[in-house]
Amino acid sequence: MKQQEEDLSRLSSIFETYGNERKGLIPILLEIQKEFGYLPKEALKKVATFLNLKPIEVWGVATFYNQFRLTPLGKTHIKVCMGTACHLAGGRLVLEALERELHLKVGETSEDGQFSLERVACIGCCMLAPVIVIKDEIYPKMSPFKVEESMLPYRQESESFIEKRRKD
Amino acid sequence: MGFFELQKRAKAQWLALEERTHIKIGTATCGRAAGALEVLQAFEEELFKRNLNVPIVQVGCIGLCYAEPLVIISKPQSYRILYPNVTPELVPRLVDGYIEGEDPCLELALGTLEIDERGFPSIPELPRFEYECRLILRNCGFIDPTNIYHYIANGGYSSLAKALNMEATEIIQEVLRSGLRGRGGAGFPTGIKWEHCYKAPGSVKYVICNADEGDPGAFMDRVILESDPQQVIEGMVIAGYTIGAQEGYIYIRAEYPLAIERVKKALKEAEEIGILGKNILESNFNFFISIIQGAGAFVSGEATALVEAMEGKRSEPRVRPPRLSEKGLWGSPTLLNNVKTFSYIPIIINKGSQEFASIGTEKSKGTAVFTLAGKVNYPGLTEVPMGTTLRRLVYDIAGGMKGGKKFKAVQIGGPSGGCIPESLLDIPIDYDSLQHAGSMMGSGGMIFMDEEDCAVDTARFFLDFTTKESCGKCTMCRLGTLQLLNLLEEICSGKAKIEDLDLLRDLAEDVKVGSLCGLGRSAPNPVLTTVRYFEEEYRAHILEKRCPALVCKDLIAFYILPEKCDRACEHCILVCPTKAIKGEKGEMKVIDQEKCSKCGTCLEVCPHEYQAVVKLSPLDKLPSGETKG
Ligand SMILES: Cc1cc2nc3c(=O)[nH]c(=O)nc-3n(C[C@H](O)[C@H](O)[C@H](O)COP(=O)(O)O)c2cc1C
Ligand code: FES
Repeated sequence: MKQQEEDLSRLSSIFETYGNERKGLIPILLEIQKEFGYLPKEALKKVATFLNLKPIEVWGVATFYNQFRLTPLGKTHIKVCMGTACHLAGGRLVLEALERELHLKVGETSEDGQFSLERVACIGCCMLAPVIVIKDEIYPKMSPFKVEESMLPYRQESESFIEKRRKD
Repeated sequence: MGFFELQKRAKAQWLALEERTHIKIGTATCGRAAGALEVLQAFEEELFKRNLNVPIVQVGCIGLCYAEPLVIISKPQSYRILYPNVTPELVPRLVDGYIEGEDPCLELALGTLEIDERGFPSIPELPRFEYECRLILRNCGFIDPTNIYHYIANGGYSSLAKALNMEATEIIQEVLRSGLRGRGGAGFPTGIKWEHCYKAPGSVKYVICNADEGDPGAFMDRVILESDPQQVIEGMVIAGYTIGAQEGYIYIRAEYPLAIERVKKALKEAEEIGILGKNILESNFNFFISIIQGAGAFVSGEATALVEAMEGKRSEPRVRPPRLSEKGLWGSPTLLNNVKTFSYIPIIINKGSQEFASIGTEKSKGTAVFTLAGKVNYPGLTEVPMGTTLRRLVYDIAGGMKGGKKFKAVQIGGPSGGCIPESLLDIPIDYDSLQHAGSMMGSGGMIFMDEEDCAVDTARFFLDFTTKESCGKCTMCRLGTLQLLNLLEEICSGKAKIEDLDLLRDLAEDVKVGSLCGLGRSAPNPVLTTVRYFEEEYRAHILEKRCPALVCKDLIAFYILPEKCDRACEHCILVCPTKAIKGEKGEMKVIDQEKCSKCGTCLEVCPHEYQAVVKLSPLDKLPSGETKG
């Protein structure tokens, strides 16, 4: 999906809290992501200027860590655990079922901005494997069969969203 | 306030709680995932409805994860009873029974926390508790992690009070004598590390607690931080006092939001009562701790890479020497230990090094904390003396294999560890025996596998993880692991040649020696151990194109047994996501192998009384006439 224009004026208050030392880079990036849901490119440039770093250095850090995203998330963000316990309990099949159900590949956000799919490593609930997290709620003991059911409420939300957009 | 005064206050508060009927609910992440917050709300509503004034205490995780949500009801003149798998629907029954009445609802209980002469199974008598030895987990699930007085009432911070009256060298001697080795994985003697930092010249020094817990199958550090964070803080303050540091950091991975929240709260509480900050406990020692949130990279758990991350850089390991204890964070001497390592410190100072050293084996002292996950009956968290055998862990503590299946292997230490087969079940587990078996203690995460888990696929899984997580600094680690992964994928899909097995071994050895940090050096362990202990399985994949565990997708097919299919039933047809199953009503159902995505849903929904869907491997087991997928 295409990058939208973000209101970067919110950056200055983040900058103020952390000060312009290099050690603030990762906390600042985390904070920006919390604010926007991802790291807008323009924001990264501003961070570089603020910390007196080359843009490539900021880019290097932003692309190194798994937490950072360079594209916006969907409204319903789904994380699939691919930790060891979840893998052994069939996590990959669950992931494939989600990909099929949502017509998305892992790491992507849907065209309409409704869904995004991400793989994560252990979220610390291994005895409930395999688990997925939909909008921060943990769904334990998943199976491909349960995927369709778990997506139902969110699909409806999405369809009404499409409806609404059609009317507008 | 002096420590004595704090202790008095804490004890009074704790006693006031103990003297009343009260409820404890485990609301750590695992409890929440199982529905603990709903149970909490149900209790609150039920008590409100009945106008009962009964305190509810939110506690951490007791380690019996299979029994979550877990509730303890304590009555002053009676038993403390543990109720497993509580649902909101059970709440009125419990309130009726044991809170308002005298019926302990034994049919719902897991046991009591006291020995019961009436013969009701009491918790300390369950085999698990008999073999456990809880030092750093002792408070987990029993105290409110957000109430520092609960910790103090149970002995907390008395070690700090004691340490502040000791010489730094005395403390180091105690830690040395205890034989404590770092619980972050490598097992480096903690006392020696402390001594290095103490002796390192410099007026500015740092203490860092490594709570990055990157192994994708271990969660004990999370449990400790969520259930008893004050003991970690106490250990860190003692460390700061000993080496002469004034600043400490806890580096927590971002995937643990609740742990971060609870540690934040714990730090604030400690500051408020003068256990952190200036003039700690009225001494002239100052110490401050802040939280640093990780940004998600497995390699950040490596000590030097962690320091790089804290400095705002890409988390790539440094070349050592210099060690962190000479030149660490921002160039100053830095002491870095794991969450558990710090947690042991108050115990060693309090009880003395001798008592600690009396537990465990000759070279590995004290206890070990393991997370038990995978195909066992009672997954969870346990703390046992070093040297406990794997057999004891599997059969007595984890309750044996699920469904009575056969134990196949246990993966210890995540992506850095290895697979240990059944023939080694009787080795006493400590740092050295595991190393000898080709594995390592690593995180202490244990994943139990049964005959339905494929050794080759497991190795492939870990390599997939390490390739993604390699920071890319060393060629052998960046590209070598990728080549290993390619080879494993070929084996899993039946495309490999038998010579590839030797190539796999050789390459694995090369990656080990050609890498700078522990990530690359230990990444081949899962490959080398599975090849060593399960070579037959590798050969079956290569020579017969057969996956004995029926896991590897390219080598298996789903098939509906004609003699078992009920014909009238249409479960499989309705759920098949790729519409691969054909058959009119009343006819036999057949899977179109071309269309089948091998998701296994048909097998999942086929009613138990038919069990008509089976997995086959190799593919030529399919009766002729079926298309081979
Ligand atoms: C790839 C890699 C990942 C690591 N991850 C962790 C971790 O998540 N937590 C941890 O405490 N130690 C981890 N370590 C070990 C640390 O490098 C270090 O040895 C340890 O934190 C030191 O603490 P200790 O002496 O208390 O064990 C990791 C090491 C490597 C090579
Ligand atoms: S492996 Fe998925 S929660 Fe641990």
